[in-house]
Amino acid sequence: MKVLVPVKRVLDPYVKVRVKQDKSGVDLSNAKMAMNPFCEIAVEQAVRLKEQGVASEVVVVSAGPQQSQETLRTGLAMGADRGVLIPTDVALEPLAIAKLLKAVVDKEDPGLVLMGKQAVDGDNNQTGQMLAALLGWAQGTFISKVELQDGAAQVTREIDGGLETLQVKLPAVLTVDLRLCEPRYASLPNIMKAKKKPIDTHSPEDLGVDVTPRLQVSRVEEPPARQAGIKVESVQELVKKLHEEAKVI
Amino acid sequence: MDVIEEVRKSVSRLCAEFPNEYWRELDAGRGYPREFVRALTDAGFLATLIPEAYGGSGLGLMAAGVILEEIARSGGHPGACHAQMYTMGTLLRHGSEAQKQAYLPQIADGRLRLQAFGVTEPAAGTDTTSIATFAEKRDGRYVINGQKVWISRAEHSDLLLLLARTTPRNEVARKTEGLSVFLVDIREALGNGLTIRPIETMMNHHTTEMFFDDLEVSEDALVGEEGKGFRYILDGMNAERILIAFECIGDAKFFIERATNYANDRQVFGGPIGQNQGIQFPIARAYADMRAAELMTHEAARRFDTGEHCGAEANMAKLLASEVSWRAGDTCLQTHGGYGFAKAFDIERKLRETRLYQVAPVSTNLILAYLGEHVLGLPRSF
Ligand SMILES: Cc1cc2nc3c(=O)[nH]c(=O)nc-3n(C[C@H](O)[C@H](O)[C@H](O)COP(=O)(O)OP(=O)(O)OC[C@H]3O[C@@H](n4cnc5c(N)ncnc54)[C@H](O)[C@@H]3O)c2cc1C
Repeated sequence: MKVLVPVKRVLDPYVKVRVKQDKSGVDLSNAKMAMNPFCEIAVEQAVRLKEQGVASEVVVVSAGPQQSQETLRTGLAMGADRGVLIPTDVALEPLAIAKLLKAVVDKEDPGLVLMGKQAVDGDNNQTGQMLAALLGWAQGTFISKVELQDGAAQVTREIDGGLETLQVKLPAVLTVDLRLCEPRYASLPNIMKAKKKPIDTHSPEDLGVDVTPRLQVSRVEEPPARQAGIKVESVQELVKKLHEEAKVI
Repeated sequence: MDVIEEVRKSVSRLCAEFPNEYWRELDAGRGYPREFVRALTDAGFLATLIPEAYGGSGLGLMAAGVILEEIARSGGHPGACHAQMYTMGTLLRHGSEAQKQAYLPQIADGRLRLQAFGVTEPAAGTDTTSIATFAEKRDGRYVINGQKVWISRAEHSDLLLLLARTTPRNEVARKTEGLSVFLVDIREALGNGLTIRPIETMMNHHTTEMFFDDLEVSEDALVGEEGKGFRYILDGMNAERILIAFECIGDAKFFIERATNYANDRQVFGGPIGQNQGIQFPIARAYADMRAAELMTHEAARRFDTGEHCGAEANMAKLLASEVSWRAGDTCLQTHGGYGFAKAFDIERKLRETRLYQVAPVSTNLILAYLGEHVLGLPRSF
């Protein structure tokens, strides 16, 4: 079974974000970029499926600026077999990405799409769900465990108050949560091999997708500075404050 | 793809699995980072410089340097294993094909550790050619007698690259002649003429004294031609200096990052201490100095990797980087006030670790003497 893993190039999550002076967005000039951490988890899971002999091929796909190629190489160094790059300088919205991915799925015919539950840049948490809808496939979101057998995936989802286990028919779109697995670091020989792995390029036009934005950002602002904390004298006081002032218990 | 950046990312990931407490505990107990070295070896990073034909990745100093830099930047101590990367260079450039076949693939996958390099002696530090350890040829074997000091990682290495005299100094036309390089199997030699004694130092560096008392090695242990060892050793020194410069850059980045974070967070007189120029400017200067040293280090590595002359750049890179890491460390300590002295902050440890590089593998004065004499054409000072 072929597994398709969409990966996104985002601002390195360990870098402090700065809002542009004109509040039109986040300042990305000279910023360190990296693969979205949730995408890394998806790549790791896909590579593990391949190592277990469940998946036959892992294809990573990325839509975004030309440099998204580096993000694909990171996925290839982790063990994916080949890449698909959809270069565009348009700021892509979830629906546009979902449509592009659908076009790639139509070409590649994978048995499973494994992807991050969200990208840490926009925190949209929409693309996977939209893709499943466009494809008319089953979906399992926020998964923290997955087992594949007999044309179905048994997935564990992290929901409020506990865990939910679902049986999802394949082909399906699964979006992964933080606790699914720990992504590996690439070994040097694998980094070297990744250089030679193929990356196909298709423009949005090639794929017949109109990626023109439909949303307009009116203003981006820094979150308000955190207020200093207080010290309480006793457990009773803490409980009282949590109950009466913070209203969390 | 930018392999270098990919390597940097991956090493930084690997290092994240060995947090500062790991290094702090090793430092306190003078332990060796076995688990870390194993992880680094398994991921192929210590075989960066070994050609692909011998099981390595065949990359250059730029990649190797970035690996060491990332280890240092993360708060680790690359000195524990950096020599496994480059000591084999002498073997690679001057060893016989049989020696290379026998050793390099095993060094590449970590089965053999070649990370001890024996040059310095009690009466011959800076003045290398006055070493007295002697290897005498007798019945097709060499018999070695003498003493080495400051030989790092000898207790954690299977092989030792040893510099010894094979012709007495007063019998050669030039003092750089009559020196030879041997590849000694420490495992066989221990108890058969070789004794190793650890030396306690101000940091966790696993350095030792070695005593050679009629140690016999076979003729095959000789690397290259007899009498040409000094030149062979010099060849490897530029690589070593450039890699040490990368480590110092990593140390400087560690200090600058820690200082910046602390200066932003620590509130005194109702504001972050970093708003005071007395705190901010030394950090900014350390950053500028670090970047300058980093550019020199990259230039040295580029020259080395493309086969250009790099002696001056390699020396300048080590000089500038070892000084900036120390200054950045001092600034970081000052920024932290009293907390900089607490072991839990790792600053005092890193400061102890980085101080070495103004002395070893070559001291600052000797670099200045080299630049004065060989680059500027000033009279020889010694
Ligand atoms: C922790 C540690 C690890 C080491 N690891 C190794 C190792 O693995 N293998 C190895 O072979 N060696 C190793 N060394 C040795 C190191 O390379 C030497 O200490 C260094 O080369 C200096 O030699 P020395 O200590 O004998 O100093 P000396 O040669 O005695 O010099 C003392 C001081 O005088 C200065 N000086 C000397 N001559 C001149 C001059 N002409 N003009 C101006 N100043 C001068 C020097 O710069 C230095 O500051 C290590 C040293 C240490 C401390």
